[in-house]
Amino acid sequence: MVAALAVIWLGFHFLSDGAFLTSRNLWNLSVQSASIAIMATGMVLIIVSRNIDLSVGSLLGFIGYVMAVMQARWIPETFGLGFDQPYTWAITLAVGVVLGAAIGAVQGAVVAYGGVPAFIVTLGGFLVWRGLIFRMGEQGKTISPLDTNFQLLGGGPDGSLGATRSWILGVIGCIGAVLSVWLARRRRRRYDLAVRPLGVDVGIAVLSCVVIIAGIWLVAIGYESPITGDPSGVANPVVILILVTIVVTYMARRRRFGRYVYAIGGNPEAAELGGINTRRTVMMTFVLMGVLCAVAAAVQTARLNAAVTNLGIQNELDVISAAVIGGTSFSGGIGTISGAVLGAVVMQSLRSGMVLLRIDSPSQDIVVGIVLVTAVAIDAALRLGRRRTAGISLTVGLVLAALIIQTGRQ
Amino acid sequence: MTDTATRTPLVEMRDIRVSFGGLRAVNGVTISLFPGEVVALVGGNGAGKSTLMHALAGAHPADSGQIFVNGKAVTIGNPRDARTHGIEVIYQRLALADNIDASGNVFLGRELRTRTGALDDSAMASATRDVMKRLNPRFKNLNTAVRSLSGGQRQSVAIARAVHFNAKILIMDEPTAALGPAETEQVRELIEQLKSEGIGIFLISHDIHDVFDLADRISVMMQGQLVGTVDKHKVTKDEVLAMIIMGQKPAAAN
Ligand SMILES: Nc1ncnc2c1ncn2[C@@H]1O[C@H](COP(=O)(O)OP(=O)(O)OP(=O)(O)O)[C@@H](O)[C@H]1O
Ligand SMILES: [Mg+2]
Repeated sequence: MVAALAVIWLGFHFLSDGAFLTSRNLWNLSVQSASIAIMATGMVLIIVSRNIDLSVGSLLGFIGYVMAVMQARWIPETFGLGFDQPYTWAITLAVGVVLGAAIGAVQGAVVAYGGVPAFIVTLGGFLVWRGLIFRMGEQGKTISPLDTNFQLLGGGPDGSLGATRSWILGVIGCIGAVLSVWLARRRRRRYDLAVRPLGVDVGIAVLSCVVIIAGIWLVAIGYESPITGDPSGVANPVVILILVTIVVTYMARRRRFGRYVYAIGGNPEAAELGGINTRRTVMMTFVLMGVLCAVAAAVQTARLNAAVTNLGIQNELDVISAAVIGGTSFSGGIGTISGAVLGAVVMQSLRSGMVLLRIDSPSQDIVVGIVLVTAVAIDAALRLGRRRTAGISLTVGLVLAALIIQTGRQ
Repeated sequence: MTDTATRTPLVEMRDIRVSFGGLRAVNGVTISLFPGEVVALVGGNGAGKSTLMHALAGAHPADSGQIFVNGKAVTIGNPRDARTHGIEVIYQRLALADNIDASGNVFLGRELRTRTGALDDSAMASATRDVMKRLNPRFKNLNTAVRSLSGGQRQSVAIARAVHFNAKILIMDEPTAALGPAETEQVRELIEQLKSEGIGIFLISHDIHDVFDLADRISVMMQGQLVGTVDKHKVTKDEVLAMIIMGQKPAAAN
């Protein structure tokens, strides 16, 4: 996964004559990946429990639109509270999150308690939520501008941490990384269980810190805002993504909810016989997905400073692809949150790299499609121990992708 | 057991019926189990043994009939109900989640948690290691997904899961079906040990020798009905085989 990302980054850097691995490009890449990555963390749990959610793009569009109408029409006009109140963004976001959770609960309940396949339920949702945008009383007009504070959620010149706070974040991150390695070690020690060699644990801790510091220094601080000329620092969408990743990873790995999701994916019958409330668990994965759609919708609308009717179109495909490229298996039970986030970065790297190379958007789609199938083919082959098949898949995929990129350059 | 008429049974299932559509898988079966006793449940394929035990385990509740635990009528509607009455099961098709490690499986549905409510993986791994010492001392792969274990090791995990929680009533549905000779011997020893601790065991088995070695009483089922329950010491293997195959009850049996 990391190796694939390195190859893609170096490949584009080389092909674009050094335009890819620049602070500016990587900073933009981080912001562009954020909203898909946020949703992909939730999609992992849905796919792990042997379901699918095709509605995320439409759901994002609908919630984004509702939040825009909320802050630009209802709060200032209908309730007569005026524009740019300090609390507007918080109310709007809270309404979006609750709406996302509620819609997720409805879809999840129909899947879990109604016994309707998730594919069908969310295919219905895909149509319904997009359609409802046009029934909001605004006839699908673009809603703009948005609340000033709300816009900060999307990044942009003021929507970043700046140098000082970025470094503080970095230090917290390093402390967290070291602490988590140390605590895990101590816990296992206490129960007299085998621990990794001290050198390995120290290596992991040091490496985490180096990656965090390097990322902040080279990308977040290295990129100077084109408007103010100051170092930008970590963009707010990326901060949100980091928080989401930590929270969802914690739920997946350290809480009963996550354990049950993986158990259901591994063997639904065993989960049931183990006394797990499998239906409730499945429903909760959809609730979480709805909440994450709302967060991603906030990021996307804030970044655009507008809500448009086609917001989030095709996002379901990017989100599912990110999860799958990140190693989530459709046969259930397998997938990691961090893998999905990396998968989202891989997807976005491909797209932004091809933009740098001036490859037209239909050709970009072809390449992303090829990469998706290749990644899963390699994964499947490796899982069965078929190295040759994996090698062939890799070669065929690379050749096809290179062909499309070369012939698509303008 | 000679005093079966006077003591209170650990479990009594009375007139249990279970149907799948039109198929009467269990049709009016009455069966009992006393503390420290092993009752073997035998019968041909599809006789209804697993289905009867599923009713006791809450995996597939009975359509009608009564269940008594220590003489008290209980309702068992799901696996959690069964567990609250101290009933643990080792299923015929091992109910393990392949993608989760041994201790995760042992504690599935009953995870140990820290004060913050997070999973306490280390405590679970340590407890699993301790049960395993008793079941399968060579078992070391506590932290690998169960998928990569051998059939016998998986069986150990399934058994560990049933014994760890201080079962009073243990249901073993063909527990040695996947095991080699050494592991089978371990399970036999375990059964003897649990028995001496006063645990009651329903043992489903197709191996007539196992049945005669381990069981106190033998209940024979055929086509969803109970042919009869006999004391091991009062029958011969041939008589039991006749019960299984032809549904003939021997004259000498109670
Ligand atoms: N879930 C189910 N749905 C439909 N029919 C079932 C189901 N489970 C069992 N049956 C049927 O009920 C009957 C009894 O099955 P059961 O599994 O109890 O037999 P068994 O005595 O355990 O056999 P075996 O020795 O092969 O394990 C069989 O005819 C079987 O086909
Ligand atoms: Mg059976």
